[in-house]
Amino acid sequence: MHDTIHHAAATDPAKQLQPTRRGIMIGAVAAPIIIGAAGEASGQAPGALGADAVAVRISVNGTQHDLLLDPRTSLLDLLRERLDLTGAKKGCDHGQCGACTVHLDGARVASCLTMAVQAVGRRVGTIEGVSAATGALHPMQQAFIDHDALQCGYCTPGQIMAAIACVQEGHATSPEQIREYMSGNICRCGAYVGIVAAIADAAPKMQAG
Amino acid sequence: MHPFTYTKPRTAQDAIRAIAAGDAGTRFIAGGTTLYDLMKLDVEAPRQILDVSTLPGIATIDTANPRELVFGAGAKMVAAATHAGLRADYPALVEALDKAASQQLRNMASLGGNLLQRTRCNYFRGGAAYACNKRSPGSGCAALNGLDRGHAVLGGSDSCIAVYPGDWAVALAAFDAVVDVQGTAGPRTIPLAQLHREPGSTPETETSLARDELILRIRVPKTPLGRASTYHKIRDRESYAFALASAAVALRMDGTRVREARIALGGLATRPWRASVAEQGLVGQVLNAATARAAGEAALRGARAGHHNGFRIELGIRTVADALLIAQERV
Ligand SMILES: Cc1cc2nc3c(=O)[nH]c(=O)nc-3n(C[C@H](O)[C@H](O)[C@H](O)COP(=O)(O)OP(=O)(O)OC[C@H]3O[C@@H](n4cnc5c(N)ncnc54)[C@H](O)[C@@H]3O)c2cc1C
Ligand code: SF4
Ligand code: FES
Ligand code: FES
Repeated sequence: MHDTIHHAAATDPAKQLQPTRRGIMIGAVAAPIIIGAAGEASGQAPGALGADAVAVRISVNGTQHDLLLDPRTSLLDLLRERLDLTGAKKGCDHGQCGACTVHLDGARVASCLTMAVQAVGRRVGTIEGVSAATGALHPMQQAFIDHDALQCGYCTPGQIMAAIACVQEGHATSPEQIREYMSGNICRCGAYVGIVAAIADAAPKMQAG
Repeated sequence: MHPFTYTKPRTAQDAIRAIAAGDAGTRFIAGGTTLYDLMKLDVEAPRQILDVSTLPGIATIDTANPRELVFGAGAKMVAAATHAGLRADYPALVEALDKAASQQLRNMASLGGNLLQRTRCNYFRGGAAYACNKRSPGSGCAALNGLDRGHAVLGGSDSCIAVYPGDWAVALAAFDAVVDVQGTAGPRTIPLAQLHREPGSTPETETSLARDELILRIRVPKTPLGRASTYHKIRDRESYAFALASAAVALRMDGTRVREARIALGGLATRPWRASVAEQGLVGQVLNAATARAAGEAALRGARAGHHNGFRIELGIRTVADALLIAQERV
């Protein structure tokens, strides 16, 4: 785990000087727990760099990252554990819930089932990159607020990334279509009514923008 | 997850050479939605991974050829599901893809990898805590006296009753598709109906592919039956779930009478299941609720219930019957 943090920091001088609260927490608290949990499966901390590490360049929200990557790493773990992009959430880690949804070359994917090495040479887009440079919210983000389309918020980054893609694909033309093409995103709080309303509201605004 | 090396062969030839040079621990990966998923569960543990997801020339979809539809094995599920003209002329093929998984997964998964997806049997996925002849040959089968609600009623054995979970292969089976593969021994063509094996006493061997064979493409003979076809899928929830029972059906009619019928079952059997006897029985019949039901009964004849899955025999019968009536409306 420590290896991992140091590699991420080594690629970004700013991070070497300013350890984030999250970084400290991982170092101080979470590492023993994670290693303990992984011990029975692989006998190795997830993300620890082995002999099979590969040097890669990955573009996330328009920024290039040069990294040494253990090929076991999922795109989700890369984003969350090494690039500090914790918007995408880990719900199931098996493609079943949609909480980890990001865009790959503009198409929505489950980042938990995407090997990070398969994102090389492609454009990764996450929730951190959807608002405007001015800080103005994306119309889909605003619509989720306006329609109370969340309760705990855990599924929300994945919902919004899936929803933006759903509109871009042309699948947000009716509530029935929205429900069908958003079925890959589970909400344990059951905010579905608000989610469908938010997408229906944001779709024409996205097209206008 | 066990460590492995990752490489990306530049051509199909390179990929075949590399897999032939390896051993059982050398594996292709495409979208990874089956293999990487099972690696996370330690059910699969390859030592060397060959990424075939971007091989040149294997992602093409060609529907313009007058004799056949050609689907490159590397094409994404979403590319086939949205391909122009396919929904009008072969709705069953499109529905089988569109009703599978989620849009996220359809953007990732390949048409070739899809054929080789592995069972969702929870004892298989659950790992070493459970006896499973497929995962660990000779260890027994926890499903036989366990929670078998989702397990097969057709094609099972005393060794394994795991369902083949895919939808696309079932629709392809109804249309007499073939699969072009290439290995070190050269190219060959396998009828889709012969790609998947029943478990028998060796459930760990799931297909007739050799270890070093790469699927290049899937070909479907063009047929006027395409238009009057459907893939009818019944699930525990309305979307984003594997089939409890499904039927791929295609019809050619002479007025109200059936001239030719195709019926394949999904979600019920250990492999994509073509119901030829049921098809034959329909020829010359007037298609109505009663004859459709009789065809469903013929398709499920010989089905064997376990402890909790008996309801899926009746469900299968009704799924076939409903599918026939849906297809009839498309003639
Ligand atoms: C949550 C979830 C829900 C799902 N729901 C459904 C559903 O409702 N219906 C359905 O049909 N499917 C469903 N799936 C399964 C999904 O469709 C398959 O996992 C997917 O199609 C596999 O394709 P892939 O490219 O990701 O395969 P991979 O995981 O990359 O590969 C699968 C297997 O095929 C081999 N392989 C891949 N490409 C080739 C090739 N060209 N030649 C030879 N071997 C090759 C690999 O070695 C591996 O053994 C679901 C999956 C998940 C995770
Ligand atoms: S049904 Fe097959 S896959 Fe499931 S536990 Fe039994 S042997 Fe294993
Ligand atoms: S965390 Fe990726 S789909 Fe659930
Ligand atoms: S808002 Fe809580 S899971 Fe969706």
